[in-house]
Amino acid sequence: MALTARSSSTRTEADANRQLSRVLAWIGQLRRGSRGLYRVLRANPLTLVGFALVVLLTLTAVALVIVPPISAAFGHPMSLTPYDPNALLPCPTVGNQSFCAQPPSLEHFFGTDRAGRDVFSRVLTALPLDLAIGFLIAGFALLTGGGLGLIAGFWDRPGTIGAAVSLTIMRITDVFLAFPSLVLALAIAASLGRGTIPSIIAILLTWWPYYVRLTRGEVLAVKHQPYVTAARAAGVAEWRILFRHVLRNIAEPLVVYFTMDVGTVLVVFSTISFIGIGVPPNVPEWGNMIQAYSDYLLIFPWVVAFPGLAIFVTVLAFSLLGDGLRDILDPRSRRALSQAETTTRAPAAAATAAGASG
Amino acid sequence: MGRSKGDLVIFTGKRLVQLIAVLFGVVTITFFFTHVAIPNPCYVWSGPRATQAIIQDCIDKNDLDKPLLDQYVLYLGKLLSGDWSTSPRGVPVLPTILAAFPQTLELVLAALFLMVVVGIPLGVIAANNSGRWSDHLVRTFYLSGWATPTYLGGVVLSIAIGPLVGLPHSGNFGSIPSFPEPFHMSVLDALVNLDFPAVVDAIAHLILPATALAFINLGIATRMTRGSMLEVLPMDYVKTARIKGLSDFWVLYKHALRNSLISTVTVLGITAGSLLSTSVVIEEIFQWPGVGRYAFESIVKYNFNGTIGVVIFFAVGVVVANLIADILYGLLDPRVEWR
Repeated sequence: MALTARSSSTRTEADANRQLSRVLAWIGQLRRGSRGLYRVLRANPLTLVGFALVVLLTLTAVALVIVPPISAAFGHPMSLTPYDPNALLPCPTVGNQSFCAQPPSLEHFFGTDRAGRDVFSRVLTALPLDLAIGFLIAGFALLTGGGLGLIAGFWDRPGTIGAAVSLTIMRITDVFLAFPSLVLALAIAASLGRGTIPSIIAILLTWWPYYVRLTRGEVLAVKHQPYVTAARAAGVAEWRILFRHVLRNIAEPLVVYFTMDVGTVLVVFSTISFIGIGVPPNVPEWGNMIQAYSDYLLIFPWVVAFPGLAIFVTVLAFSLLGDGLRDILDPRSRRALSQAETTTRAPAAAATAAGASG
Repeated sequence: MGRSKGDLVIFTGKRLVQLIAVLFGVVTITFFFTHVAIPNPCYVWSGPRATQAIIQDCIDKNDLDKPLLDQYVLYLGKLLSGDWSTSPRGVPVLPTILAAFPQTLELVLAALFLMVVVGIPLGVIAANNSGRWSDHLVRTFYLSGWATPTYLGGVVLSIAIGPLVGLPHSGNFGSIPSFPEPFHMSVLDALVNLDFPAVVDAIAHLILPATALAFINLGIATRMTRGSMLEVLPMDYVKTARIKGLSDFWVLYKHALRNSLISTVTVLGITAGSLLSTSVVIEEIFQWPGVGRYAFESIVKYNFNGTIGVVIFFAVGVVVANLIADILYGLLDPRVEWR
C-alpha cells in the first residue's frame, strides 16, 4: 500500500479526492437522513415521545451493562443499581414481627418485596436482559425471515431451480404461520426445560415466518417497477439489482415492523416467564416478578405495579416510534399528515421545506 | 371472469387441500420436536418412586421403544382414526379438547364482538379527526392496549378491577345450571332456555376475561379502520354525501365505513386465530374451563400428547379462521377474483 502510494503522487491525489467526495456524499446522506427523522419527529409529538424513550431506555441498558466492569477496571467499582438485586435487605421489625415488604420511599424508590429485595434495583437489572432479547430475537427473525423472503420473492421465474426453492420456502413458511406461536413456544420451552436459553430458542423458532411473508410481498410489489426493468436493461448484475434497487426500496416497511416487533418479542418472552417455564426465579425479569406477586396485587401493589409499568413503558415506546414511522412512510397517511403540517406551519417555512425535499 | 358460484367452490376446495398440507406439516414438526427434545418422558410421568416395571409398562404402552420413524407413522395413523392418544393418567386427549372448545369459542367470539363494537368506532373517530388531539388520544389508547402484556391486563382485571366493580372474576360458576346445555356456551345455552337471570350471570362472567383478551388486539381493528377510512374519506362520493347535507353520522357510518370495512373484517378473521393462542394465558388467570387452560395444564404437567393435541387443534383453528377471512374478503369485495 505504502509502495504504490509513493510510486505515483497524482494517483494518490485522485484517490484522496475520491475519498473526500465519498465522505462528503456520506455526510450529505446522513444530514438528509437526520433531516427526514427530524421532520418525522416534529410532525407527530407521540412519535417524538416514543423516540426519546427508546433512546433513553437503550442508553440506560448499555450503561447498566458497561459501567460496572469499566469502573472496576479503573479501581473504583460502582454499580448503577442502588442495591444488589438479589440481596435480602434487613427488614424493619415492630415487636416480634418483621415487615419485609416496604412501600416506596426515598430509600427504596419502588419499595421492597416480601423477601426484602429492592424492587427498583430488580426492575433496573432486568432492563438489559429484556431489551437485548427483544432486539436479538426480532433482529434474527428480520435477517433469516427477510433473507428467505427476498429469495422467495426475487427468484421465482417458473421452471427454474429458483422457483422450486421459493415454492419450498413459502410452503414451509405457511406451515409455521399456521402454528399458534405462543402455544408452540410454550410447548418448546416446556420440553427443553426451564431456563433463559430454552425460551429464547422457542421464540426464535416461531418468530421468523411473518418476515418471510412481509418481505416477499414487498419484493413482488417492487420487482416489476420500471426502475428495476431499466436497471436490468442497462445490464446491471442480478445481485446488484437485488441489493441496490430492490432491498433499498423495501427496507422501510421492514424497519417499521421490526421496531414494533422488539416490543412484541419482549412481551412474549415475559409471558413465558410469567407462566413459570422461562427464566429461573432468582433472575430478575419483569414477567417473572409480576408472576411472583400477582396474588398480592392488592396487598403490595408496588411489587407488581413497577415491573408492569416497566414493560408497559418499554413496549409503548417501541410501538409509538414504529406507529409514527409507519404513518410517515405510508403515502396514504403521509398526505393527511402533510395537510396537518402545512396548516400549522408558516407558509414560508413550508415553501423552503418543499424546496429542500424536492 | 372468475366470479361465479362454482369458482367460489373451487377456490374453497383448493384452500382446503392446502390446509391439509399445512396441517400435515404442523403435525410432523410438532411430533419430531417434542420427541427429539424428550425421547423418553416415562421417567417424568411415572414419578421419582416408580419401579422399573412401571416405567417399562409406560414405555410399552406408548410405543416408546420403537424407532422414531415407526412411532411417527403409528402416531399419524392414530391421529387420523381420531385417537389422539391419552394423557399420562389415561385421559383421552381429543374428547377433552372437544368438550372444552365451546367455552374457548365463546370467549374468543365475545372478545371479537368487543373489538368490533369498541375498535371500529374509535377508528372512525380517529380518521375523521386525523392529526388532531382526538386522533392522538385514540392512538395512545390502542397503543397502550398493545403495550399491556395480556397477563398483566388479566391479573389487574381479575384481582383489582373485578372485585372493585363487583363483577365475577373467575369463570367458575357458583351453581350448575339446571337446564340442558346443547351448545356448552353459557350465554347461548341460557338464551335458548329463556332463563334471563342466567343470561345476565353468564354475561357477567364473560365480561372481564373477554375484555382482557380484546384489549391487546383492540388496536388492530382501530388501526385498520382508521387507515382505510383515510383512504375513503377524500373520495368524491363521500364529498357528495356531505354536500347533500347528510349528517356527519350518516356520512361516516353509512357511506364511508361500509367501503372501508372490507379490510377490517379480513384482519379480524385472521386475528381470531391468534386470539386462540392468547386464550392460554387468559383462561389460566380467570380459571376459564376452555382449551387454553387445558393447554396450560398439559404444558406444566409434561402431558406431551395433550400439548401436541392442542397445538394441532389450534393450528386447525388458525387455518380455518384464515380461510373464513379469505372467503369473506372475496364475498365482500366485488373486485376480488376467486382463484
